[in-house]
Amino acid sequence: MLTANLQHLDKDYDVVVVGGGPAGMAAALGAKETGAEKVLIVDREKEAGGILLQCIHPGFGLQHFREELTGPEYAERYKQQVLDAGIHVATDTYVLDIDQDKQVKLLSGTDGVRLINTKAAVLSMGARERTRGAIRTPGHRPAGILTAGLAQKFVNLMGYLPGNKAVILGSGDIGLIMARRLTLEGVEVKGVFEIMPHANGLNRNIVQCLHDYDIPLHLSTTVVDLQGRDRLEKITVAPVDSHFQPDLSKSWDIDCDTLLLSIGLIPENELTRRLKIRLDPVTQGAVVNSQMETSKDGVFVCGNVVHIHDLVDFVSAESELTGRNAGLYVTDQQPPGDNIRLVPGENVRYCVPHTISSDRTHTVYMRASQPMEESILRLGDVYEKKLRYVVPAEMINLKVRPRFLQNFHGETLKVDILPVDNT
Amino acid sequence: MVYDVAIVGGGITGCAIARELTRYHLQVILLEKEAEVGFGVSKANSGIIHGGHHGKPNTLKGKLEWTGNQLWDTLHEELGFGFQRNGELTVALQEDQLPTLAELKWQGETKGVPGLELWEQEKLQKEEPHLSPDIIAGLYAPTTGVINPYEACFNLIENACLNGLELVTDCPVTGLSQDKDYWTIQTPKGEYASRFILNAAGLFADEIAKMAGVGDFTIRPRKGEEYLLDKRLQGYVKRVIFPCPTPVSKGILVIPTFDGTLMVGPTAEMIDDKHDLTTSSAGSSQVFNSVTQVVPGISARDCIAEFAGLRPVADGEDFIIGPTAKRGFFNVAGIQSPGLTAAPAIATLILDILHEEGLNLSPKDNFTPSIEKPIHFASLPTEAQMELAKRDSSYSHLICRCEFVTEGEILDAISRGARTLDGLKFRTRAGMGRCQGGFCSGRCMELLSQKLDIPVSEVTKRGGNSWIVRERDEVFSSDV
Repeated sequence: MLTANLQHLDKDYDVVVVGGGPAGMAAALGAKETGAEKVLIVDREKEAGGILLQCIHPGFGLQHFREELTGPEYAERYKQQVLDAGIHVATDTYVLDIDQDKQVKLLSGTDGVRLINTKAAVLSMGARERTRGAIRTPGHRPAGILTAGLAQKFVNLMGYLPGNKAVILGSGDIGLIMARRLTLEGVEVKGVFEIMPHANGLNRNIVQCLHDYDIPLHLSTTVVDLQGRDRLEKITVAPVDSHFQPDLSKSWDIDCDTLLLSIGLIPENELTRRLKIRLDPVTQGAVVNSQMETSKDGVFVCGNVVHIHDLVDFVSAESELTGRNAGLYVTDQQPPGDNIRLVPGENVRYCVPHTISSDRTHTVYMRASQPMEESILRLGDVYEKKLRYVVPAEMINLKVRPRFLQNFHGETLKVDILPVDNT
Repeated sequence: MVYDVAIVGGGITGCAIARELTRYHLQVILLEKEAEVGFGVSKANSGIIHGGHHGKPNTLKGKLEWTGNQLWDTLHEELGFGFQRNGELTVALQEDQLPTLAELKWQGETKGVPGLELWEQEKLQKEEPHLSPDIIAGLYAPTTGVINPYEACFNLIENACLNGLELVTDCPVTGLSQDKDYWTIQTPKGEYASRFILNAAGLFADEIAKMAGVGDFTIRPRKGEEYLLDKRLQGYVKRVIFPCPTPVSKGILVIPTFDGTLMVGPTAEMIDDKHDLTTSSAGSSQVFNSVTQVVPGISARDCIAEFAGLRPVADGEDFIIGPTAKRGFFNVAGIQSPGLTAAPAIATLILDILHEEGLNLSPKDNFTPSIEKPIHFASLPTEAQMELAKRDSSYSHLICRCEFVTEGEILDAISRGARTLDGLKFRTRAGMGRCQGGFCSGRCMELLSQKLDIPVSEVTKRGGNSWIVRERDEVFSSDV
């Protein structure tokens, strides 16, 4: 367990990291490596590690550690490094506010309300799950309707089951993982329903969590009614047309007492908003430069608070970079600023970071809007790369190297994903 | 023992009456069928203390609206529930609506409602810049306020209990019989005897009246759907915004709730099923379509939660308050909008009636009008937060991160009577914010389990069969 390793908080820090999940831990380590001396991780739970701790299934670390780990194992690897690096960890501690001068107001289980100062801040608060209100599912409001992540917490951390017969709305990864998890626990999982014509989770999860357990996946279908006064008793599902309008004449009922929602994640940017940092309406995270610094000087971001990742491995990589830059910031070694703005074009929902510099190598993360078979990823006129297939569920990352940009003198670069026959 | 007064129903009406009765030397009992008070009609409505000018002066509800309105300040001072007079604007989009505004103003002034003002476009845009520029005029009423109706119920009943009320929850009345001097009330928890019975059973008041043999009216539910928006819209409008009313409806409102959330609604639909609390796609479209005509910046995308409430509508639409053909049995029924506003006035009125009908009202010397106000950690100044967290470390553990609710507040709410997750939510706001309990539910369930000494699997959302989790199956038996 990575619990608090200090008696009391100090008054001043070089870098304060908000959130001790995979993003926060990697960022804290990165900051230490580039010279930040006093680094503090603040986590609201009794133990740092974030959502990894409730992800007891394997499949983590294939990219980053070249071996397959469970969530808690992945967190454990970082925990040891964090302790060895002498990073302060405050658990059961919540950041109530950060002001423009980077004074941080904390509510700490051991120290009560405290004000501390920091030279740089890393925001790595992660994401929250979308709830029923976000999709306004009609019907009653009984017990038994909950997000997949909360169900995961009940089962894996608290040791309780959310019900007897379950249906899952949305094909996000947590929903798929929970379909398998509940089946293994003896809960009857009657199906996964996805309003989009394609699944929203990773293909490997569709195979390993649904196909292997004969759990049906119904695409272009959604829940149109919920029945049951005290506890959920029955739901009605119906196919939708291309405008997502349900065809009620083809609806059918399913007896179930539990509905898990796996309908997407929303970056937790309340602190970011309070700092009046510029946000990207598409990612719902901060607009960042290639150092993962926001519009507010000395405030950096990483992980799901910037954009939703599908693999923790990418979170680690991105966050380590963020932390390194925060360390460079507090030791006055920041590299020069960016000179090129990336603009999402055809079939590209967003790019992170939003700007890059032509004299350094950057990893640019992006997501497609639509699935596409054979396609070409094109960076303005300067670079292109064949992609086997793209799906919105799987993040694309591209190493942009200085040599691509040798002969480029513009200020904006459009990023497109085009079908092969159109190029 | 024989009680002096038994109140059937712990909604805002029953709670307000109970609290008034405990001022006197009386044995009073309140029977509530739900797990906690305020869990019926009173928890799911617009939460508005109406300005006093909307109701027709020739109706009982129109009269009690304005009398009730004026009683809330004292109650608020004594009991500390969320309440604020933030004012109201009834707005006109077309020239032909202007006479309605003028009529409302005249109607209010006739009743003595102070401060009504007609505002022109320029003033409206200055005061409420997010209103549609198409709005040509508005009637401002400073007397209108917003309230947390469930909190008002909880605090009224807490104070009543402090002054000797006996409260029994999870206790539906199943039968009534009249003896010579008193009534016998049958419930699954046993029989209770009382000289007077007050029927404040909300949606089910007609059924209770029938049990007493005076079932000469029906209550029909009128459903209203409401939609709550993300708190980042806090302050987007400051006053309650009413569209210009039509003869059939007050229309869809924009309500800046006491807790800083915007709420839009309600719809108004007569239905048959008194348990039908469903929301619908049609309701959602109606709410957002009409609300954007008045405040165009509001979007369904900002919705974090929705709910529906039922208004108990009696035949003839007015309140039914008073004695019946059966001695000792009194109705307080049909308390639909503006029932919340009128509740304190209803309580005063029914006490007068009881007095006339022979109930001796002899004041207690030791009546305590106040309760110890619940602490709301997030709204304290930093210095006070530091002091409190130092004094009691339960205030240094955060439980609900959307609404900044600490463990201390949760424990306090349980000690004051919260028995369910909804009870905690309505008392502390834990679980009411944008993540809708995703973060805090587990911890709240554990705290309820510890303090009530029940297994986590017996914690419910709102009583009855609304269980949340079950125990794991014993997979590994010894003979495997």
